[in-house]
Amino acid sequence: MKNFGHGIPVTVLSGYLGAGKTTMINHLLRNANGQKLAVLVNEFGDLPIDEDLIEASDDEVISIAGGCICCSFGSDLSAALLQLDAMNRSLDHILIEASGVARPEAIMGSVGLVNGVSPDGIVILVDAETIQKAARDKYMSDTILAQLQAADLLILNKVDLVTKDQAGVISTWLASLNENAPIIPVTHSKVAPDIVLGHFIQRVYAKGAHQDVGGLSTLTLLPKHNIDVNELAQTLAKDYPNIVRAKGFATNKSGQKILIQVVGSRFDASIVSKDLPDGIVCLGLGETLRMQHFKRLFHLLKLNEASQKLEFDI
Amino acid sequence: MVQTSIFRAKKIITMNPNQPETTHVAVRDGRILGTGTLEELAIWGDYTLDDTFHDKVLMPGLVEGHAHVMAGTLWRHVYCGYFDRLDPDGNIWHGTKTITGVIELLQVAESKLKDPYMPLTGWQLDPIYMDNKRITRDDLDQVSPKRPVGVLHASGHILNVNSKALELAGLLKLGVNHPGIPLGPDGLPTGELYGPDAMGPVSTHVGFDRASMEGDADGLRAFSKMCVRSGVTTVTDLAARLTEESVDKMLEVTELPTFPARIVPLRVFMGASAKDTIDLVLSLKDRSTDRLRLGRIKAVADGSIQGFSARMRWPGYLNGAPNGLWYTSPAQLAELYRLALANGIQVHTHTNGDEATEMVLDTFATALNEVPIVDHRFTLQHCQLADAAQFRRMKNMDMCVNLFANHHFYWGDEHYRLTVGPERANRMNACHTALEMGVPMAIHSDAPITPLGPLFTAWCAVNRLTVSGRIQGEGEKISVQDALYAITLGAAYTLHLDSEIGSIEIGKKADFAVLEHDPTDISGENLKDIKIWGTVQGGRIFEARNL
Ligand SMILES: [Zn+2]
Repeated sequence: MKNFGHGIPVTVLSGYLGAGKTTMINHLLRNANGQKLAVLVNEFGDLPIDEDLIEASDDEVISIAGGCICCSFGSDLSAALLQLDAMNRSLDHILIEASGVARPEAIMGSVGLVNGVSPDGIVILVDAETIQKAARDKYMSDTILAQLQAADLLILNKVDLVTKDQAGVISTWLASLNENAPIIPVTHSKVAPDIVLGHFIQRVYAKGAHQDVGGLSTLTLLPKHNIDVNELAQTLAKDYPNIVRAKGFATNKSGQKILIQVVGSRFDASIVSKDLPDGIVCLGLGETLRMQHFKRLFHLLKLNEASQKLEFDI
Repeated sequence: MVQTSIFRAKKIITMNPNQPETTHVAVRDGRILGTGTLEELAIWGDYTLDDTFHDKVLMPGLVEGHAHVMAGTLWRHVYCGYFDRLDPDGNIWHGTKTITGVIELLQVAESKLKDPYMPLTGWQLDPIYMDNKRITRDDLDQVSPKRPVGVLHASGHILNVNSKALELAGLLKLGVNHPGIPLGPDGLPTGELYGPDAMGPVSTHVGFDRASMEGDADGLRAFSKMCVRSGVTTVTDLAARLTEESVDKMLEVTELPTFPARIVPLRVFMGASAKDTIDLVLSLKDRSTDRLRLGRIKAVADGSIQGFSARMRWPGYLNGAPNGLWYTSPAQLAELYRLALANGIQVHTHTNGDEATEMVLDTFATALNEVPIVDHRFTLQHCQLADAAQFRRMKNMDMCVNLFANHHFYWGDEHYRLTVGPERANRMNACHTALEMGVPMAIHSDAPITPLGPLFTAWCAVNRLTVSGRIQGEGEKISVQDALYAITLGAAYTLHLDSEIGSIEIGKKADFAVLEHDPTDISGENLKDIKIWGTVQGGRIFEARNL
């Protein structure tokens, strides 16, 4: 059930200089857990990949332990994506590291035009210590604010370098800029790979609900048949910032099987031909997915609360 | 036995203040042995007198400090421009004034193609002059429903394609969601593609393959012919990728004894780190030849004013459009400037909006304080909206500027009423202020964006007329003398080549523009009508008529 006939999922990772993108990419590569990642960087120059991870490299491709690779896309992203597709490496996920001045939503727009890949989410990394100063920079201010507003997921990095109060102030400020994107506090760029890459879904599906998703909780919704699937997807994305990701199937009013994918504030609902059992796995931080938070959702979707599963794994 | 030729001309304008005008120039080994009367030059010994130019006016070979080889390459496609334009072979292509006319032009070209799958491509469409009428895939399907058809706009940032081209790119489908790809009432893309992101996946299917657009042999040859026809003997290719392959090809082509121009390609700072770019350019520098001058870098700070992607200071765009885009971050530029200064590599930086200019000035000031190098000649390219205070800062930091005088003619009216409003439109490409503040200045065409032709560019700077015939910015006009300096020594200075070219004096390259009229004798409003016979480049004679 890898991509359900969709292309390889693509995450655009952005954030201004010094936010910790390089460290985060290496962290994800180290914890890819058998997933084959391709990292596309703007330039090879200050090589973002830790040396001990590199197995081989030439001008075009750096091969990384575990079947991952890193390529530079220079000035032609669509060509690079087509090339990746042509390499036939059975990739699980593509991570694009956007430059500090990039408009991530424009990059995601281009991803949407390339056959064989499909947009997953825009992840913006934020340095808790410096973000507010950076957002006032004479030249970069509007660019940084636009990036924050474009985020589907906001990763608040280096929270250990600020006080709890400061972290709260920054989170409130971020939420005022982008009310839909979940804010995920991390230290040393160590975000749970499931949050960025979303592969927990496969494990949950394969082995049943209770799965090790390290510090996260999952909730599996079992929607009734014949619901407004679009509304469900939109509600999960827009009304529940605690839901970092969600993925699964539901049947719409015309009886069609729909694949729902939610990444932070982004959602996609598209018809699939396979007949798979209905069920949507949601991923949240810590214990944030509490039943009572979802009462409205259950009501909205005429779901029976007792039939829903909520799993914690802390 | 050394050969000396002495050329006699009706008049030689030297741009050398010690001898501004003369009638004879002696040439040996492709260089200037001297200027003066025949008697004065006879002191060098035996010579052959060449009378080819007895009724012509010679000027120093003109220097175009901002153009692109693509100006030559594009002519393999159909010219769809609004204005008449001269092609590399000297044929005039008449401007097409209506969209219907453009479609008919493409239909004629289509009927001549034999291979049914070959794409048909047009360029230089500018609907600004056609009531901004939009062109959709339905229009271009009339040209051909079977082969991919594409037309690139003059700005280079919009591409119109037909249904077949969309189909080949996999975009003729429902659900395309991209800000640069408008959809029709049927939910399918209309065939209008805005910006490089949207154009990218389709452009190769309509024959705009990136690699072929720069530095291929035919393109270079066509480009060099255009140089001869416009009196240019040294020209930049202002944003090249300079791959191993393209450098080899450029070296091979420019080395041919019949190649009539000196090409100065600048490696674009994009897709590689500052350090890698500097390393590459340092290694390229050593491979330079007389006719291929490598070892410089072009950086791009922002976008374009008419595309609303230039970075503007307060109060921003006239129509309230949001501020433009940074193409390179201040942090990346800071690193590039520091490394470039430390390694003796010159950087030219594209800025269009005045905030981009301000950012580059700030960033460069910091770098220069850290690495205080003299005579760096870092140059701002376009720099269209700079004000007097910014020119003063350039002067204080010994920077140069290359202003986009042609732009003022073609799009000045647009800027006046749409993008920046009257006051800033009047000061755009402020040649007079630049000179008054003492900033070394060149002026340019940015060919193919506007036609290659430094005498036309000089005309633009002297008259400051727009297409509609208005004088825009009377106070920024410059004299004919200053304009002629800008297209010779001025441009040469921005390339660190003023010791070799830019004036006709002893020791310099024997590079001349051969003219039918005297630009100092006709009035400024006629500069653009001067007939050009051809050039002499490194002592070799190139007649435009016999290329
Ligand atoms: Zn240019």
